[in-house]
Amino acid sequence: MNVLIISAILGVIMLFSGVLLKQAPFLRFIAVVGMAGLFIINILEISSISFFKINTAGMLGFDRFALLFNAVVLFSTLVYFILSARDMEKVGAHYGEYFALIFFIICGVVLVVSFKSLLILFLGIEIISIPLYILTGSDKKNLKSNEASLKYFLMGAFSTGLMLMGIALIYGATGTFNSVDMKFAADKPALLTVAGMLLLLFSMAFKVSAAPFHFWTPDVYDGAPTVFTSFMATIVKAAIFIGFIRLFDEAFGSFNKQWQTWIAVITVATLFIGNITAVFQQSVKRMLAYSSIAQAGFMLLAIYAMNSDAKEGILLYSAAYCLATIGIFAVLAKMSDYSFEGFNGMAKQQPMIALLITIFFLSLAGIPLTAGFLAKFYMLKAALSSGSLWVVIFAVLMAAVSVWYYFRVIQAMYFKEGQATVQVSAFFKWTLAVVAAAVILLGLFPNLLLYWYYF
Amino acid sequence: MIPVLLILIPLLTGLATFFIRNEKAIRSFILVVSIVVLVISLVGIIFFRDTRLMEHHSAFMTVLGSSLSLRLDGMGQLLCLLTAIAFVLIFLSSWDSLFRYKKANNFFALMMLSQAGLMGVFLAMDALLFYFFWELALIPVYFLCSQWGGERRIAVTFKFFIYTFVGSLLMLIGILYVAGHNPDQSFSIDSFYKAKLSFKEQSWLFWLFFIAFAIKMPVFPFHTWQPDTYEQSPTPVTMILSGVMVKMGLLGVIRWLLPLFPAAANNWATLISTLCIVGIIYASLIAMRQDDLKRLIAYSSIAHIGLMCLAVFAHNTIGLQGVMLQMFNHGINIIGLWILVEMIEKRFGTRKMSELGGLAQKNPSMAIFFVLIALGNIALPLTNAFIGEFMMFNGIFSSNVYDGNYTIFGTIRLNANSFATVYTICAGLGIILAAVYTLNMIRKVFYGETVTAIAGAKDIRRYERLALLMIVIMILGIGIYPQAVLNITNDVTDSILKISDLVKDLKK
Repeated sequence: MNVLIISAILGVIMLFSGVLLKQAPFLRFIAVVGMAGLFIINILEISSISFFKINTAGMLGFDRFALLFNAVVLFSTLVYFILSARDMEKVGAHYGEYFALIFFIICGVVLVVSFKSLLILFLGIEIISIPLYILTGSDKKNLKSNEASLKYFLMGAFSTGLMLMGIALIYGATGTFNSVDMKFAADKPALLTVAGMLLLLFSMAFKVSAAPFHFWTPDVYDGAPTVFTSFMATIVKAAIFIGFIRLFDEAFGSFNKQWQTWIAVITVATLFIGNITAVFQQSVKRMLAYSSIAQAGFMLLAIYAMNSDAKEGILLYSAAYCLATIGIFAVLAKMSDYSFEGFNGMAKQQPMIALLITIFFLSLAGIPLTAGFLAKFYMLKAALSSGSLWVVIFAVLMAAVSVWYYFRVIQAMYFKEGQATVQVSAFFKWTLAVVAAAVILLGLFPNLLLYWYYF
Repeated sequence: MIPVLLILIPLLTGLATFFIRNEKAIRSFILVVSIVVLVISLVGIIFFRDTRLMEHHSAFMTVLGSSLSLRLDGMGQLLCLLTAIAFVLIFLSSWDSLFRYKKANNFFALMMLSQAGLMGVFLAMDALLFYFFWELALIPVYFLCSQWGGERRIAVTFKFFIYTFVGSLLMLIGILYVAGHNPDQSFSIDSFYKAKLSFKEQSWLFWLFFIAFAIKMPVFPFHTWQPDTYEQSPTPVTMILSGVMVKMGLLGVIRWLLPLFPAAANNWATLISTLCIVGIIYASLIAMRQDDLKRLIAYSSIAHIGLMCLAVFAHNTIGLQGVMLQMFNHGINIIGLWILVEMIEKRFGTRKMSELGGLAQKNPSMAIFFVLIALGNIALPLTNAFIGEFMMFNGIFSSNVYDGNYTIFGTIRLNANSFATVYTICAGLGIILAAVYTLNMIRKVFYGETVTAIAGAKDIRRYERLALLMIVIMILGIGIYPQAVLNITNDVTDSILKISDLVKDLKK
């Protein structure tokens, strides 16, 4: 609750400071401090110290799971601000507004992860989406950015329509918007229910860019300014996943046999398309767009399995995926050449940056002793205990394919001759090192995060 | 205590070495450290009765049901000793040539990290920990090969990496499944042994594990990465790969596969033994046609490993003891061969047999060492490999795990006993072929007409001589008194066979 209100206030503050104060360093300072403050407030709320008590009539539920995920989101955004805030300045003239929009997105994230009513879910997703359309098109002079924004807006509006339709049908079937109060016949749900559930499934799949609803993703991620791609592909995607898992756990959990097969098909298709297409990309940015589809495929395993391991795992997965991808994008945003060749010989020019990027890619690939491994480990464990072995084997084979494209960057940096270099400050380097350390620490001691889930 | 030291010393040394800039100092530092590790592993063998020294348990990832438990059992002692010896030999033999590698500190650091990973694999008594070390041993080797290898190194090493990664991920599924289906829901090896798995579960779990191990060994048809990788890697890394790393696969089969899925192992023994036999003959035939020394030895290694895998699945004491002994012998012998190949390549700039000849005239001591080690490789009596292979043949011949009644051409009937006979004969054929290509190699390289390229060649240097002398002493020493090694692994062999026998009846 605290985070929701204060981040909305911070958004407004940023909006006005963008007009009143013209100095970029000052705006940046407010944003970073504000985000750090939000993180602290959220930690306080986890330790049950809260400033506001507002009766939401059961439409919002701030349980451990939601609060912990908020902590992951806020920490990642803080890291994102520290690493990439300078690059936002290059995008366009409206520096303050970019921060304001991100704070509003955080509001939407909080709504999506703690909704108890389908209306709040809808509201949250819209609050996330509309600022994102703007951020995607924020590079106004760039045709690709415009195209991406328009494409995203049209497709997004369409999927929102589907979602509303689904909510309406579910309301018709159950007579309530409250996800916890819904009663369904477990063995043979009504046609209205199934239709509504499928519409919701499709629109959520669209939002997390699961196949076959992923077609917008590469173009939008590629066209958007790289700094904002970083934010969209990580924090926003993970947040919608939490909403997804909550929706299917709390609302539709009672007839999971009906939708498990659907999810399995979507999972397998997403894993396949994401990984196989990523292999053929020539640009690292586009490869990361497909990699985000592939990672979404792995996260879908949590919804497929839907047990306690899956819920723990998705927390860990979001943290691992967000931190590693934000780290890579932060470096990418500072480079001029996005092709794989652009990374040639970076190990010689910038040994430390090359090492840190390697750690991030190893984590994304799921090599042990990184957070990415444990995240995948949880997903496989969850899917194995309440799903089919073949889905798990398929996921594992696709994880092996992912090594193919992640390691191409490592090969370029270490084993190929070239002059790739990036201009980074010492502060940036050490922040990145802290993020990499966090990735390894989470891989060694998952308790650092999961402890809070239980106590 | 000792297991922790065996992992920590190389690990910390490796991490520290990244930051040492003085190249001359690194060389001595690393040699000293590897000798210290060797001494510790010897201490481990001497004080094997003191269980406090041999075990370590501490909390690690308790939320997942895993813990940091290490134990130095007989097989671990032997393989840790092999690892420690191998690294000393590698550093000694390439003492003068190590500066050919640019950024020597990174090279040494990665070598030490891979040693830590290997030690961990041999010591881990917890499935998740085992998996961690299994991967950790691979990553430094990947970087070593890709950075310092031959011309085609990037593509070849990548193939190797993807291959092993697929295998280990499949194994991860298996590990997860068994961890979820044992009474304690834990990853420790004792709980794994207690898991009650039906025959059907065992059958598919077996393959998830076996593919990982088969790729690592490698067993036909999972071997295609191996010759290229051995050829393209820098020779010190090839020594690690062939001398020590392939034993990870064998150890996996012996420690994790047989006791966990005995009924399935029994059931699939015939199929896998047939694959091994095909691999032995096929690799030996290809080895005969090779011109490149490195590729020849690589293929010969496939044949040798195939024989060991065959003997593991024979599932009796003498066969398993033979494998234990032979794991050690094969490591020593093949490292000896690589050292000599490296010397030849360094001096004459080529590994092609067609461009070499008559080396014995200018390099008599090199020729003597080469012949001695090559004789070990083809298992002549009084060499170490003879004992090992003799025991393995004995095990295969007396094995009763092969099943099925087949009739070929309507006249020849095969039953369990005749299978054992056929396998023994085919494996024996592999030995004969080994003699053919090894002796052929000696003839072409060391005798015959002297090639002009070798005119100004120098004979062996001091450190190389030391390393080769150690190898020859071990070859002959074990050949004459193998009991010393067999005593180490006696208990392990018995306990593994006992564990797997207990559950074997499930099949019936």
